[in-house]
Amino acid sequence: MPEATHTSALHAVRPIALRRRITDHVMTGAAVLTVILVLVPLFAIFAYLVYRGVGSINWAFLTQTPKPVGEAGGGMANAIVGSAFILALASILGVPVGVGAGIYLAEYGRNRFGDVIRFTADVLNGVPSIVIGIVAYAIVVLRQKHFSALAGGTALAIMMIPTITRTTEEMLLLVPNTLREAAYGLGVPRWRTTLSIVLRTATSGVITGVMLAFARVAGETAPLLFTAFGNQFWNWRLDQPTAALPLQIFTYAISPYDDWHRQAWAGALVLIILIVSAVAAVRYVVRRGTLGGVA
Amino acid sequence: MGVGIQVEKLNAWYGKTQALHDINLNVQANHATALIGPSGCGKSTFIRCLNRMHETTPEARVEGTIKIGDYDAYQGTSATQLRRRIGMVFQKPNPFPTMSIYDNVAAGLKLNGYRDKKHLDEVVEKSLASSALWDEVKDSLHKKSGASLSGGQQQRLCIARALAVEPEVLLMDEPCSALDPISTGKIEELIFELKAQYTIVIVTHNMQQAARVAEYTGFFLLGRMIEYDKTEKIFTNPSDKRTEDYITGRFG
Repeated sequence: MPEATHTSALHAVRPIALRRRITDHVMTGAAVLTVILVLVPLFAIFAYLVYRGVGSINWAFLTQTPKPVGEAGGGMANAIVGSAFILALASILGVPVGVGAGIYLAEYGRNRFGDVIRFTADVLNGVPSIVIGIVAYAIVVLRQKHFSALAGGTALAIMMIPTITRTTEEMLLLVPNTLREAAYGLGVPRWRTTLSIVLRTATSGVITGVMLAFARVAGETAPLLFTAFGNQFWNWRLDQPTAALPLQIFTYAISPYDDWHRQAWAGALVLIILIVSAVAAVRYVVRRGTLGGVA
Repeated sequence: MGVGIQVEKLNAWYGKTQALHDINLNVQANHATALIGPSGCGKSTFIRCLNRMHETTPEARVEGTIKIGDYDAYQGTSATQLRRRIGMVFQKPNPFPTMSIYDNVAAGLKLNGYRDKKHLDEVVEKSLASSALWDEVKDSLHKKSGASLSGGQQQRLCIARALAVEPEVLLMDEPCSALDPISTGKIEELIFELKAQYTIVIVTHNMQQAARVAEYTGFFLLGRMIEYDKTEKIFTNPSDKRTEDYITGRFG
Protein backbone atom coordinates (compact mmCIF):
# COMPACT_ATOMS: atom_id res chain seq x y z
CA MET A 1 0.00 0.00 0.00
CA PRO A 2 2.63 2.60 0.88
CA GLU A 3 4.14 2.15 -2.58
CA ALA A 4 0.87 2.98 -4.28
CA THR A 5 0.53 6.20 -2.34
CA HIS A 6 4.11 6.98 -3.18
CA THR A 7 3.58 6.77 -6.97
CA SER A 8 0.34 8.70 -6.91
CA ALA A 9 2.01 11.43 -4.90
CA LEU A 10 4.73 11.61 -7.54
CA HIS A 11 2.11 11.92 -10.28
CA ALA A 12 0.45 14.78 -8.48
CA VAL A 13 3.77 16.56 -8.08
CA ARG A 14 5.22 16.10 -11.56
CA PRO A 15 3.54 18.96 -13.52
CA ILE A 16 4.68 21.54 -10.96
CA ALA A 17 8.14 20.05 -10.84
CA LEU A 18 8.43 20.23 -14.64
CA ARG A 19 7.37 23.86 -14.73
CA ARG A 20 9.78 24.69 -11.96
CA ARG A 21 12.59 22.88 -13.71
CA ILE A 22 11.94 24.80 -16.94
CA THR A 23 11.80 28.12 -15.08
CA ASP A 24 14.98 27.18 -13.28
CA HIS A 25 16.79 26.43 -16.54
CA VAL A 26 15.50 29.57 -18.24
CA MET A 27 16.58 31.80 -15.39
CA THR A 28 19.98 30.13 -15.09
CA GLY A 29 20.40 30.50 -18.85
CA ALA A 30 19.50 34.18 -18.65
CA ALA A 31 21.99 34.73 -15.87
CA VAL A 32 24.76 32.98 -17.80
CA LEU A 33 23.88 35.02 -20.88
CA THR A 34 24.25 38.31 -19.03
CA VAL A 35 27.61 37.16 -17.68
CA ILE A 36 28.72 36.46 -21.24
CA LEU A 37 27.44 39.87 -22.33
CA VAL A 38 29.58 41.44 -19.63
CA LEU A 39 32.67 39.44 -20.48
CA VAL A 40 32.52 39.73 -24.30
CA PRO A 41 33.44 43.44 -24.54
CA LEU A 42 36.23 42.95 -22.01
CA PHE A 43 37.80 40.07 -23.90
CA ALA A 44 37.09 41.66 -27.28
CA ILE A 45 38.97 44.81 -26.26
CA PHE A 46 41.84 42.82 -24.83
CA ALA A 47 42.04 40.54 -27.86
CA TYR A 48 42.01 43.49 -30.25
CA LEU A 49 44.73 45.25 -28.26
CA VAL A 50 46.85 42.13 -28.36
CA TYR A 51 46.25 41.82 -32.11
CA ARG A 52 47.25 45.42 -32.83
CA GLY A 53 49.83 45.96 -30.16
CA VAL A 54 51.73 42.82 -29.40
CA GLY A 55 53.86 43.05 -32.56
CA SER A 56 55.34 46.36 -31.46
CA ILE A 57 56.23 45.30 -27.93
CA ASN A 58 59.88 44.44 -27.76
CA TRP A 59 62.82 45.03 -25.47
CA ALA A 60 63.46 48.50 -26.92
CA PHE A 61 59.84 49.53 -26.39
CA LEU A 62 60.06 48.65 -22.71
CA THR A 63 63.53 50.08 -22.06
CA GLN A 64 64.05 53.10 -24.32
CA THR A 65 62.71 56.62 -24.41
CA PRO A 66 60.93 57.92 -27.55
CA LYS A 67 63.06 58.65 -30.63
CA PRO A 68 62.72 62.03 -32.34
CA VAL A 69 60.07 62.36 -35.05
CA GLY A 70 61.09 60.53 -38.19
CA GLU A 71 63.44 58.09 -36.52
CA ALA A 72 62.08 54.58 -36.19
CA GLY A 73 62.28 52.59 -32.95
CA GLY A 74 62.45 53.93 -29.45
CA GLY A 75 60.00 53.09 -26.70
CA MET A 76 57.86 54.21 -23.82
CA ALA A 77 60.05 53.23 -20.87
CA ASN A 78 59.88 56.74 -19.43
CA ALA A 79 56.08 56.81 -19.80
CA ILE A 80 55.71 53.43 -18.07
CA VAL A 81 57.84 54.55 -15.16
CA GLY A 82 56.25 58.01 -15.21
CA SER A 83 52.77 56.48 -14.92
CA ALA A 84 53.89 54.37 -11.99
CA PHE A 85 55.44 57.48 -10.41
CA ILE A 86 52.31 59.61 -10.81
CA LEU A 87 50.04 56.79 -9.62
CA ALA A 88 52.20 56.21 -6.56
CA LEU A 89 51.97 59.92 -5.76
CA ALA A 90 48.21 59.89 -6.30
CA SER A 91 47.87 56.89 -3.99
CA ILE A 92 50.04 58.42 -1.28
CA LEU A 93 47.95 61.61 -1.40
CA GLY A 94 44.54 60.09 -2.03
CA VAL A 95 44.33 56.81 -0.12
CA PRO A 96 44.84 58.15 3.41
CA VAL A 97 42.35 60.98 2.84
CA GLY A 98 39.79 58.68 1.21
CA VAL A 99 40.08 55.91 3.78
CA GLY A 100 40.10 58.43 6.63
CA ALA A 101 36.96 60.14 5.36
CA GLY A 102 35.31 56.74 4.88
CA ILE A 103 36.13 55.79 8.47
CA TYR A 104 34.68 59.05 9.69
CA LEU A 105 31.47 58.58 7.71
CA ALA A 106 30.94 55.00 8.85
CA GLU A 107 31.86 55.33 12.51
CA TYR A 108 31.14 58.95 13.42
CA GLY A 109 29.22 60.39 10.50
CA ARG A 110 25.59 59.78 11.45
CA ASN A 111 24.95 63.54 11.49
CA ARG A 112 24.51 66.61 9.37
CA PHE A 113 28.23 67.08 8.74
CA GLY A 114 28.46 63.46 7.61
CA ASP A 115 25.59 64.00 5.17
CA VAL A 116 27.39 67.04 3.74
CA ILE A 117 30.58 65.00 3.20
CA ARG A 118 28.60 62.17 1.63
CA PHE A 119 26.87 64.55 -0.76
CA THR A 120 30.15 66.30 -1.60
CA ALA A 121 31.86 62.99 -2.32
CA ASP A 122 29.03 61.92 -4.63
CA VAL A 123 29.16 65.21 -6.52
CA LEU A 124 32.94 65.06 -6.76
CA ASN A 125 32.60 61.56 -8.17
CA GLY A 126 30.54 62.99 -11.01
CA VAL A 127 32.82 65.93 -11.86
CA PRO A 128 34.36 65.46 -15.32
CA SER A 129 38.03 64.54 -15.13
CA ILE A 130 39.09 67.47 -17.31
CA VAL A 131 37.61 69.85 -14.73
CA ILE A 132 39.64 68.18 -12.02
CA GLY A 133 42.69 68.66 -14.24
CA ILE A 134 41.96 72.39 -14.39
CA VAL A 135 41.65 72.54 -10.61
CA ALA A 136 45.01 70.80 -10.16
CA TYR A 137 46.44 73.18 -12.75
CA ALA A 138 45.19 76.15 -10.75
CA ILE A 139 46.30 74.98 -7.32
CA VAL A 140 49.60 73.27 -8.17
CA VAL A 141 50.89 74.18 -11.62
CA LEU A 142 50.23 77.93 -11.41
CA ARG A 143 51.83 78.11 -8.00
CA GLN A 144 54.89 76.04 -8.97
CA LYS A 145 55.06 77.71 -12.37
CA HIS A 146 55.80 74.23 -13.75
CA PHE A 147 53.91 71.31 -15.15
CA SER A 148 54.88 68.53 -12.78
CA ALA A 149 54.46 64.96 -11.59
CA LEU A 150 53.10 66.38 -8.35
CA ALA A 151 50.35 68.23 -10.22
CA GLY A 152 49.41 65.06 -12.09
CA GLY A 153 49.41 63.05 -8.88
CA THR A 154 47.23 65.67 -7.19
CA ALA A 155 44.68 65.59 -9.99
CA LEU A 156 44.47 61.79 -9.88
CA ALA A 157 44.33 61.79 -6.07
CA ILE A 158 41.33 64.13 -6.15
CA MET A 159 39.65 61.68 -8.51
CA MET A 160 40.43 58.70 -6.28
CA ILE A 161 39.18 60.20 -3.02
CA PRO A 162 35.39 60.09 -3.47
CA THR A 163 35.38 56.49 -4.71
CA ILE A 164 37.61 55.35 -1.86
CA THR A 165 35.58 57.31 0.69
CA ARG A 166 32.25 55.81 -0.24
CA THR A 167 33.46 52.21 -0.67
CA THR A 168 35.37 52.40 2.63
CA GLU A 169 32.23 53.66 4.35
CA GLU A 170 30.13 50.87 2.88
CA MET A 171 32.67 48.19 3.76
CA LEU A 172 32.96 49.38 7.37
CA LEU A 173 29.19 49.46 7.73
CA LEU A 174 29.15 45.78 6.72
CA VAL A 175 31.19 44.91 9.82
CA PRO A 176 28.65 43.60 12.33
CA ASN A 177 28.02 45.80 15.33
CA THR A 178 28.51 42.78 17.58
CA LEU A 179 32.26 43.00 16.87
CA ARG A 180 32.37 46.64 17.97
CA GLU A 181 30.51 45.69 21.14
CA ALA A 182 32.87 42.79 21.76
CA ALA A 183 35.79 45.21 21.70
CA TYR A 184 34.04 47.85 23.83
CA GLY A 185 33.21 45.07 26.29
CA LEU A 186 36.93 44.39 26.69
CA GLY A 187 37.55 48.00 27.60
CA VAL A 188 39.07 48.86 24.24
CA PRO A 189 38.65 52.57 23.47
CA ARG A 190 36.57 53.56 20.51
CA TRP A 191 39.38 54.84 18.28
CA ARG A 192 41.30 51.61 18.85
CA THR A 193 38.21 49.53 18.12
CA THR A 194 37.73 51.44 14.88
CA LEU A 195 41.30 50.90 13.70
CA SER A 196 42.15 47.44 15.05
CA ILE A 197 38.78 45.71 14.82
CA VAL A 198 36.48 47.44 12.34
CA LEU A 199 39.03 48.57 9.76
CA ARG A 200 40.94 45.31 10.07
CA THR A 201 37.86 43.20 9.56
CA ALA A 202 36.93 45.22 6.48
CA THR A 203 40.47 45.39 5.08
CA SER A 204 39.91 43.31 1.98
CA GLY A 205 36.80 45.27 1.05
CA VAL A 206 38.55 48.58 1.61
CA ILE A 207 41.48 47.44 -0.54
CA THR A 208 39.05 46.44 -3.28
CA GLY A 209 37.67 49.99 -3.23
CA VAL A 210 41.17 51.44 -3.35
CA MET A 211 42.11 49.24 -6.30
CA LEU A 212 38.89 50.17 -8.08
CA ALA A 213 39.78 53.84 -7.75
CA PHE A 214 43.40 53.11 -8.73
CA ALA A 215 42.41 51.22 -11.86
CA ARG A 216 40.00 53.97 -12.81
CA VAL A 217 42.52 56.81 -12.64
CA ALA A 218 45.42 54.78 -14.05
CA GLY A 219 44.00 55.19 -17.53
CA GLU A 220 42.97 58.83 -17.17
CA THR A 221 44.38 61.16 -19.81
CA ALA A 222 42.44 64.41 -19.53
CA PRO A 223 43.49 65.42 -16.01
CA LEU A 224 47.15 64.85 -16.91
CA LEU A 225 47.14 66.98 -20.07
CA PHE A 226 47.97 70.23 -18.33
CA THR A 227 49.32 68.88 -15.05
CA ALA A 228 51.89 66.14 -15.66
CA PHE A 229 51.98 67.38 -19.26
CA GLY A 230 54.17 64.61 -20.66
CA ASN A 231 57.86 64.40 -21.35
CA GLN A 232 59.98 62.78 -24.04
CA PHE A 233 62.75 62.08 -21.54
CA TRP A 234 63.26 60.54 -18.13
CA ASN A 235 62.10 62.50 -15.14
CA TRP A 236 62.58 61.54 -11.50
CA ARG A 237 61.62 64.85 -9.96
CA LEU A 238 58.36 65.87 -8.36
CA ASP A 239 58.42 69.36 -9.86
CA GLN A 240 59.16 68.53 -13.48
CA PRO A 241 56.87 67.50 -16.34
CA THR A 242 56.55 63.74 -16.45
CA ALA A 243 55.58 61.26 -19.14
CA ALA A 244 52.59 59.00 -18.56
CA LEU A 245 51.34 56.10 -20.65
CA PRO A 246 47.87 57.54 -21.35
CA LEU A 247 49.42 60.85 -22.45
CA GLN A 248 51.91 59.09 -24.67
CA ILE A 249 49.18 56.95 -26.21
CA PHE A 250 47.10 60.06 -26.83
CA THR A 251 49.96 61.95 -28.46
CA TYR A 252 50.97 59.02 -30.64
CA ALA A 253 47.45 58.00 -31.62
CA ILE A 254 46.58 61.46 -33.06
CA SER A 255 49.94 61.77 -34.85
CA PRO A 256 50.21 61.18 -38.59
CA TYR A 257 52.95 58.52 -38.35
CA ASP A 258 52.31 54.80 -38.79
CA ASP A 259 55.16 53.86 -36.49
CA TRP A 260 53.69 56.02 -33.70
CA HIS A 261 50.26 54.44 -34.25
CA ARG A 262 51.77 51.03 -33.77
CA GLN A 263 53.49 52.20 -30.61
CA ALA A 264 50.23 53.70 -29.33
CA TRP A 265 48.58 50.28 -29.64
CA ALA A 266 51.47 48.67 -27.86
CA GLY A 267 51.29 51.32 -25.14
CA ALA A 268 47.57 50.67 -24.65
CA LEU A 269 48.23 46.95 -24.29
CA VAL A 270 51.03 47.54 -21.79
CA LEU A 271 48.81 49.92 -19.81
CA ILE A 272 46.02 47.36 -19.48
CA ILE A 273 48.43 44.58 -18.54
CA LEU A 274 50.06 46.76 -15.88
CA ILE A 275 46.74 47.80 -14.35
CA VAL A 276 45.42 44.24 -14.27
CA SER A 277 48.64 42.90 -12.76
CA ALA A 278 48.76 45.63 -10.12
CA VAL A 279 45.18 44.91 -9.06
CA ALA A 280 45.72 41.15 -9.11
CA ALA A 281 48.97 41.38 -7.14
CA VAL A 282 47.46 43.56 -4.42
CA ARG A 283 44.41 41.30 -4.08
CA TYR A 284 46.64 38.24 -3.86
CA VAL A 285 48.77 39.76 -1.11
CA VAL A 286 45.73 40.95 0.83
CA ARG A 287 44.01 37.59 0.58
CA ARG A 288 47.07 35.77 1.84
CA GLY A 289 47.46 38.26 4.66
CA THR A 290 43.90 38.06 5.93
CA LEU A 291 43.35 34.30 5.65
CA GLY A 292 46.07 33.65 8.17
CA GLY A 293 44.26 35.97 10.54
CA VAL A 294 47.45 37.10 12.25
CA ALA A 295 47.46 40.52 13.87
CA MET B 1 37.94 37.90 43.08
CA GLY B 2 34.44 38.97 42.28
CA VAL B 3 32.80 42.02 43.78
CA GLY B 4 29.19 42.78 44.60
CA ILE B 5 27.02 45.14 42.58
CA GLN B 6 24.58 47.62 44.10
CA VAL B 7 21.98 49.11 41.82
CA GLU B 8 19.76 51.93 43.04
CA LYS B 9 16.85 53.59 41.29
CA LEU B 10 18.06 52.71 37.84
CA ASN B 11 16.03 54.14 34.97
CA ALA B 12 16.98 53.73 31.33
CA TRP B 13 15.60 55.13 28.11
CA TYR B 14 15.92 54.57 24.37
CA GLY B 15 15.06 58.01 23.04
CA LYS B 16 11.68 58.74 24.61
CA THR B 17 10.84 55.12 25.40
CA GLN B 18 11.58 54.17 28.95
CA ALA B 19 13.02 50.66 29.06
CA LEU B 20 13.77 50.35 32.78
CA HIS B 21 11.80 51.70 35.73
CA ASP B 22 13.35 52.13 39.17
CA ILE B 23 15.42 48.98 39.39
CA ASN B 24 16.97 48.25 42.79
CA LEU B 25 19.14 45.21 43.10
CA ASN B 26 22.01 43.81 45.13
CA VAL B 27 24.11 41.28 43.31
CA GLN B 28 26.11 39.04 45.64
CA ALA B 29 29.83 38.74 45.02
CA ASN B 30 31.03 35.34 43.77
CA HIS B 31 27.56 34.06 43.05
CA ALA B 32 25.61 33.63 39.85
CA THR B 33 22.53 35.76 39.51
CA ALA B 34 20.05 34.94 36.76
CA LEU B 35 17.69 37.44 35.19
CA ILE B 36 14.59 35.96 33.60
CA GLY B 37 11.54 37.43 31.94
CA PRO B 38 9.76 37.59 28.58
CA SER B 39 11.37 39.20 25.51
CA GLY B 40 11.55 42.97 25.66
CA CYS B 41 11.22 43.12 29.45
CA GLY B 42 14.48 45.01 29.89
CA LYS B 43 16.82 42.35 31.23
CA SER B 44 19.37 42.82 28.44
CA THR B 45 19.10 46.58 28.78
CA PHE B 46 19.72 46.14 32.49
CA ILE B 47 22.97 44.23 32.14
CA ARG B 48 24.09 46.59 29.38
CA CYS B 49 23.73 49.40 31.92
CA LEU B 50 26.06 47.57 34.29
CA ASN B 51 29.05 47.91 31.93
CA ARG B 52 27.77 51.10 30.30
CA MET B 53 27.25 49.36 26.98
CA HIS B 54 23.77 50.89 26.96
CA GLU B 55 25.19 54.31 26.18
CA THR B 56 26.76 53.12 22.92
CA THR B 57 23.25 52.97 21.45
CA PRO B 58 22.35 56.32 19.87
CA GLU B 59 19.96 58.37 22.02
CA ALA B 60 20.14 55.93 24.93
CA ARG B 61 20.16 57.43 28.43
CA VAL B 62 20.53 56.21 32.02
CA GLU B 63 19.72 57.61 35.47
CA GLY B 64 20.40 56.16 38.89
CA THR B 65 23.45 54.75 40.60
CA ILE B 66 25.37 51.56 40.05
CA LYS B 67 28.21 50.55 42.31
CA ILE B 68 30.58 47.85 41.21
CA GLY B 69 32.35 46.90 44.43
CA ASP B 70 33.46 50.23 45.85
CA TYR B 71 33.46 52.10 42.56
CA ASP B 72 30.66 54.14 41.14
CA ALA B 73 30.14 52.98 37.56
CA TYR B 74 28.95 56.34 36.27
CA GLN B 75 30.87 58.88 38.35
CA GLY B 76 34.59 59.36 38.20
CA THR B 77 35.27 56.43 35.87
CA SER B 78 35.27 56.35 32.11
CA ALA B 79 33.20 53.69 30.37
CA THR B 80 36.42 52.23 28.97
CA GLN B 81 38.02 51.87 32.40
CA LEU B 82 34.86 50.37 33.81
CA ARG B 83 34.59 47.79 31.04
CA ARG B 84 38.10 46.55 31.72
CA ARG B 85 36.78 45.36 35.07
CA ILE B 86 33.56 43.85 33.75
CA GLY B 87 33.66 41.10 31.17
CA MET B 88 30.77 40.54 28.81
CA VAL B 89 29.65 37.52 26.82
CA PHE B 90 27.05 38.12 24.16
CA GLN B 91 24.07 36.26 22.79
CA LYS B 92 25.75 35.27 19.57
CA PRO B 93 29.40 34.22 19.71
CA ASN B 94 31.38 37.12 18.24
CA PRO B 95 35.05 36.21 17.92
CA PHE B 96 37.14 38.65 15.87
CA PRO B 97 37.17 36.93 12.45
CA THR B 98 40.52 38.27 11.27
CA MET B 99 42.36 37.13 14.39
CA SER B 100 43.79 33.78 15.32
CA ILE B 101 42.51 31.95 18.39
CA TYR B 102 45.48 33.24 20.35
CA ASP B 103 44.96 36.83 19.27
CA ASN B 104 41.27 36.65 20.07
CA VAL B 105 42.02 35.72 23.65
CA ALA B 106 44.87 38.23 23.91
CA ALA B 107 42.85 40.99 22.19
CA GLY B 108 41.73 42.75 25.38
CA LEU B 109 45.32 43.02 26.58
CA LYS B 110 47.02 43.64 23.24
CA LEU B 111 44.60 46.33 22.12
CA ASN B 112 45.15 48.08 25.42
CA GLY B 113 48.88 48.14 24.84
CA TYR B 114 50.31 45.07 26.62
CA ARG B 115 53.25 43.65 24.69
CA ASP B 116 54.96 41.27 27.14
CA LYS B 117 54.95 38.09 25.06
CA LYS B 118 55.62 35.71 27.93
CA HIS B 119 52.90 37.16 30.09
CA LEU B 120 50.46 37.06 27.16
CA ASP B 121 51.26 33.38 26.55
CA GLU B 122 50.46 32.61 30.16
CA VAL B 123 47.24 34.59 30.17
CA VAL B 124 46.05 32.97 26.94
CA GLU B 125 46.69 29.48 28.24
CA LYS B 126 45.11 30.20 31.60
CA SER B 127 42.03 31.81 30.08
CA LEU B 128 41.50 29.03 27.55
CA ALA B 129 41.93 26.48 30.33
CA SER B 130 39.36 28.32 32.46
CA SER B 131 36.88 28.28 29.62
CA ALA B 132 37.54 24.55 29.02
CA LEU B 133 38.75 25.12 25.49
CA TRP B 134 42.51 24.71 25.88
CA ASP B 135 42.67 20.99 25.06
CA GLU B 136 40.62 21.45 21.90
CA VAL B 137 42.63 24.32 20.44
CA LYS B 138 46.13 24.18 21.91
CA ASP B 139 47.62 22.82 18.67
CA SER B 140 46.09 25.45 16.42
CA LEU B 141 46.35 28.62 18.50
CA HIS B 142 48.06 30.62 15.78
CA LYS B 143 47.02 28.62 12.75
CA LYS B 144 43.27 28.85 13.00
CA SER B 145 41.02 31.89 12.95
CA GLY B 146 38.59 32.33 15.81
CA ALA B 147 35.75 32.20 13.32
CA SER B 148 36.71 28.70 12.13
CA LEU B 149 35.64 27.07 15.42
CA SER B 150 32.20 25.56 16.01
CA GLY B 151 29.49 27.70 17.60
CA GLY B 152 29.95 26.25 21.06
CA GLN B 153 33.73 26.55 20.84
CA GLN B 154 33.37 30.13 19.63
CA GLN B 155 31.29 30.98 22.68
CA ARG B 156 33.86 29.44 25.00
CA LEU B 157 36.51 31.40 23.09
CA CYS B 158 34.53 34.57 23.80
CA ILE B 159 34.39 33.62 27.47
CA ALA B 160 38.16 33.10 27.46
CA ARG B 161 38.56 36.48 25.77
CA ALA B 162 36.48 38.11 28.50
CA LEU B 163 38.40 36.32 31.27
CA ALA B 164 41.80 37.30 29.88
CA VAL B 165 41.44 40.89 31.08
CA GLU B 166 40.83 39.52 34.61
CA PRO B 167 37.49 41.15 35.30
CA GLU B 168 35.70 41.14 38.65
CA VAL B 169 32.28 40.69 37.14
CA LEU B 170 31.17 38.58 34.19
CA LEU B 171 27.99 39.58 32.38
CA MET B 172 26.37 36.98 30.15
CA ASP B 173 23.57 38.01 27.82
CA GLU B 174 21.79 34.77 26.86
CA PRO B 175 25.13 33.06 26.24
CA CYS B 176 23.57 29.74 25.25
CA SER B 177 20.66 30.82 23.07
CA ALA B 178 22.56 30.08 19.85
CA LEU B 179 24.06 26.81 21.07
CA ASP B 180 23.06 23.15 21.00
CA PRO B 181 22.32 21.25 24.26
CA ILE B 182 25.81 19.76 24.52
CA SER B 183 27.56 23.11 24.17
CA THR B 184 24.99 24.61 26.53
CA GLY B 185 25.84 21.95 29.10
CA LYS B 186 29.54 22.78 28.81
CA ILE B 187 28.93 26.49 29.29
CA GLU B 188 26.72 25.83 32.31
CA GLU B 189 29.43 23.67 33.91
CA LEU B 190 31.79 26.51 33.22
CA ILE B 191 29.55 29.06 34.93
CA PHE B 192 29.56 26.77 37.94
CA GLU B 193 33.34 26.77 38.11
CA LEU B 194 33.75 30.46 37.34
CA LYS B 195 31.57 31.47 40.27
CA ALA B 196 34.47 30.78 42.61
CA GLN B 197 36.40 33.68 41.09
CA TYR B 198 33.88 35.98 39.48
CA THR B 199 30.53 37.54 40.13
CA ILE B 200 28.26 36.36 37.35
CA VAL B 201 25.10 37.97 36.06
CA ILE B 202 23.38 35.91 33.39
CA VAL B 203 20.35 36.80 31.31
CA THR B 204 18.50 33.74 30.13
CA HIS B 205 15.27 32.75 28.46
CA ASN B 206 15.67 29.25 29.73
CA MET B 207 14.20 28.89 33.20
CA GLN B 208 15.74 25.48 33.76
CA GLN B 209 19.08 27.07 33.06
CA ALA B 210 18.45 29.76 35.65
CA ALA B 211 17.47 27.09 38.14
CA ARG B 212 20.57 25.05 37.37
CA VAL B 213 23.28 27.70 37.51
CA ALA B 214 22.12 30.59 39.67
CA GLU B 215 21.75 31.05 43.43
CA TYR B 216 19.70 34.22 42.94
CA THR B 217 17.11 35.00 40.33
CA GLY B 218 15.42 38.24 39.34
CA PHE B 219 12.19 38.31 37.37
CA PHE B 220 11.69 41.24 34.99
CA LEU B 221 8.45 42.28 33.38
CA LEU B 222 7.76 45.37 31.24
CA GLY B 223 10.89 47.18 32.40
CA ARG B 224 10.34 46.57 36.11
CA MET B 225 11.90 44.04 38.41
CA ILE B 226 8.96 42.20 39.86
CA GLU B 227 10.75 39.89 42.21
CA TYR B 228 14.29 39.10 43.28
CA ASP B 229 15.13 36.28 45.65
CA LYS B 230 16.95 33.00 46.11
CA THR B 231 16.46 30.94 42.98
CA GLU B 232 14.83 28.15 44.91
CA LYS B 233 12.27 30.53 46.37
CA ILE B 234 11.46 32.06 42.98
CA PHE B 235 10.84 28.70 41.41
CA THR B 236 9.07 26.93 44.26
CA ASN B 237 7.28 29.62 46.19
CA PRO B 238 7.27 33.02 44.43
CA SER B 239 5.73 35.91 46.34
CA ASP B 240 4.27 37.63 43.31
CA LYS B 241 1.40 36.25 41.27
CA ARG B 242 3.02 37.47 38.01
CA THR B 243 6.21 35.58 38.76
CA GLU B 244 4.22 32.46 39.39
CA ASP B 245 2.29 32.90 36.15
CA TYR B 246 5.51 33.30 34.20
CA ILE B 247 7.42 30.37 35.64
CA THR B 248 4.44 28.06 35.34
CA GLY B 249 4.18 29.05 31.69
CA ARG B 250 0.86 30.85 31.85
CA PHE B 251 2.27 33.71 29.76
CA GLY B 252 5.47 34.96 28.21
